[in-house]
Amino acid sequence: MPTLTPAFTTTDALKRARWRNSAWIRLLRHRMAVIGFVFCLAALLMAVFADALATHHPERTRIRDAFQAPSPAHVLGADHLGRDIWSRVVYGSRISIGIGVATVVLTGVIGAAFGLISGYFRQLDDPLMRVMDALMAFPGVMLAVAITAALGPSAVNVVIALTAVYVPRTARITRASVLVVREMDYVQAARALGAGHTRMILRHILPNSLGPLVVQLTFVFAYAVLSEAALSFLGMGPPPPTPTWGNIISDGRDYLREAPWICLYPGLAISVTVLGLNLLGDGLRDVLDPRMKVTQG
Amino acid sequence: MGRYLAGRLISTLIVLIIVSFISFCIMQMVPGDPALVMAGAAAPVDEVRRIREQFGLDQPFHIQLLRWYAGMLQGDLGQSITLGRSVVTAIVERLPSTVALACFAFLLTLVFGLIAGVAAALKQDSWIDHAIMTLAVIGVSVPSFWIGLIMIIGFAVMVDWLPAGGYITIAESPSGWFKSLVLPSIALALLQMGLLARITRASMIEVLRQDFVRTAQAKGLPRWVVVLKHAFMNVMIPVITVIGIVFSLLLSGSVVIETVFSIPGLGRLMATSIVTRDYPVIQGALLITAAMFVLINLLVDVLYAYFDPRIHYD
Repeated sequence: MPTLTPAFTTTDALKRARWRNSAWIRLLRHRMAVIGFVFCLAALLMAVFADALATHHPERTRIRDAFQAPSPAHVLGADHLGRDIWSRVVYGSRISIGIGVATVVLTGVIGAAFGLISGYFRQLDDPLMRVMDALMAFPGVMLAVAITAALGPSAVNVVIALTAVYVPRTARITRASVLVVREMDYVQAARALGAGHTRMILRHILPNSLGPLVVQLTFVFAYAVLSEAALSFLGMGPPPPTPTWGNIISDGRDYLREAPWICLYPGLAISVTVLGLNLLGDGLRDVLDPRMKVTQG
Repeated sequence: MGRYLAGRLISTLIVLIIVSFISFCIMQMVPGDPALVMAGAAAPVDEVRRIREQFGLDQPFHIQLLRWYAGMLQGDLGQSITLGRSVVTAIVERLPSTVALACFAFLLTLVFGLIAGVAAALKQDSWIDHAIMTLAVIGVSVPSFWIGLIMIIGFAVMVDWLPAGGYITIAESPSGWFKSLVLPSIALALLQMGLLARITRASMIEVLRQDFVRTAQAKGLPRWVVVLKHAFMNVMIPVITVIGIVFSLLLSGSVVIETVFSIPGLGRLMATSIVTRDYPVIQGALLITAAMFVLINLLVDVLYAYFDPRIHYD
C-alpha cells in the first residue's frame, strides 16, 4: 500500500507551486529590489543602532577640531564647530528615517481611507476628489514649506506637512484600484450574500487593492526623505543643533571651499537611502502591479 | 468636444476656488496671533495692532475669507510685510528669473529625458539600457540641492569655469546670463530627466510591441522611419500627460535650487519669506504657482483631446 494518496501529492505540489510564484519569492528573485532592500535595511539599522555606531556625541562642539579633514579621530571629518560628521550623520538617520516612517504610516492610513470612501461611496467621490485635485495643484515642496512656515519648524510639523502633500496622490491611487475591485464577481457575490459596508470594504475591497498602495507608499517614503532634507535645508525642519541630514548640509553650505566633507556625506546618506527605496519600489511594482512595469524583472 | 471643454472648465474653476481657500488657510494655521508672529516678539504694541488691522486679522473668519476672495478677484493679494510693496508686484518682479531657470531646465529635461528613454527602449536589456536606467534611478534619488552644492565645488571652487551663484539679467550680459543659469538648471533638471527617461522607456517598449509597428516593419520601412514616425509620435501621448507633473516638480525644486545658487526668483522669495514670516507673500506665491499649474494642466488636457482623435470625452 502506498503511504501517500494521489490527492495529497497534488495539493502538496500545488502549494509548492503557489509558494514558488508568490510575490515574496518573485521579489527575492528581482535583483534590483534586493539591492534596494539592502540599502534600506542599512539605513534602518543605522537609525536603530545609532548609539552604538556613533563615535562622538552628535551635538558636542569642540572648536579645536573645527574643519578637521577625515582622519582616524573623525572618520568623516568635523564641521565648523568641531562636531563629528559621522556621528551627526548616524544620529541624523533617526530623524530622517523617523519622519519618513511617520509620514508613510499617516499617509497610508488617511490616503487609503479617502481612496476607499471615494471609490466605494460614489456620491462622496466628486467632492472628495476635487479637494484632492486642489491639494495636488500645489507644487509639493512649496505646500510643505508653506504649512511648516505657518505651524513652525519641528519634526511633527514636517510630518503633518508632508502628509498633506502625499495623501491626495495616495488616495487617487487607492481609489483607482477600488473602482476596479468593486466590480469583481466575488465582491458582487459578497454583496448578494448581504455583507455590510464595513465588511465589504475591510474584508473584500481593501485586501485586493493593497498592491498599488504598497508600491505607492514605498515611493512616498523616498519622497518624504528627500523633502524632509529640503525642508531642513531651508530651515523648516527640526531646529539646529539637532542633526538631520538636511541640517548638516545646510551647516556645510558656507564652507564648501574649506570643508567640502560637511556637505558630502549627509548627501550621500540621503542618496543611498532614497535610491534603495526607489529600487525596492520599482521591484514591488514589477511584482505586485504588472501593468505598470518600468524596469525589467 | 464642446461638452467636454465646458465640463473641464467648470471643474478647473472649482479646483481654483478650493486652491485659493487652502492658500487662505495658511495664515489661519499660524498658532497664536499671526500679527504678533509677523511683527516679531520685540515689536511695539502699536505695530502689532497696525498689522492686525491691515490684514483684517481682528475680523471674524468669514469676513476675512470674503476680503481674501474679493481682493483676489481684483488682482490684489495684499501687502508684503517686509518688502514694502504689494505681493503681486513682488511676485511679478521675481518671475522672469524663475521662468528662465524653469525653461532651461525644462529644455534639458525634454531633450535628454526623451533621448535617454528612447535609446534605452530600443536597446532593451543591453548594457546601454542598464546604464541609462541606472543613471535615471540615481537621478530621481539624489537631492537636487545637494547636487547643486557638489557642482559648485566641482565647477566654481576647484576650477573657476562657472559662477557659484547669483543671477545676471539677459539685458546686462547675455553670456553672463547663460553662464549663471547653467549649473542651477542642470541641478534642477536631473530629477525630471530621470523621471521622463523612465516613463519614455516604458511607453516606448509598450508601443514597439503594437501591431502597427510590426506592420510598418513588415512592409519594409527602414528602422528609423518606424521609430521616429510611427512609434515616437505615439510615445508622445503618455509623455504629454507628465509635462504638468514635470512643471510642478520644477517649481518645487526652484525653492531649494534658487536658495543654493542665490537666484532672485519666486522660489527664493518663498524661502526668504519663511524666515521673515511674511505670510501674505507665502500665500500669494503658493496661490499663483498652483493657479499656473492648474491652467497648464487644463491646456495639456485640451491639447490632448485635440491631438488624439482616438480619445472621446463624453
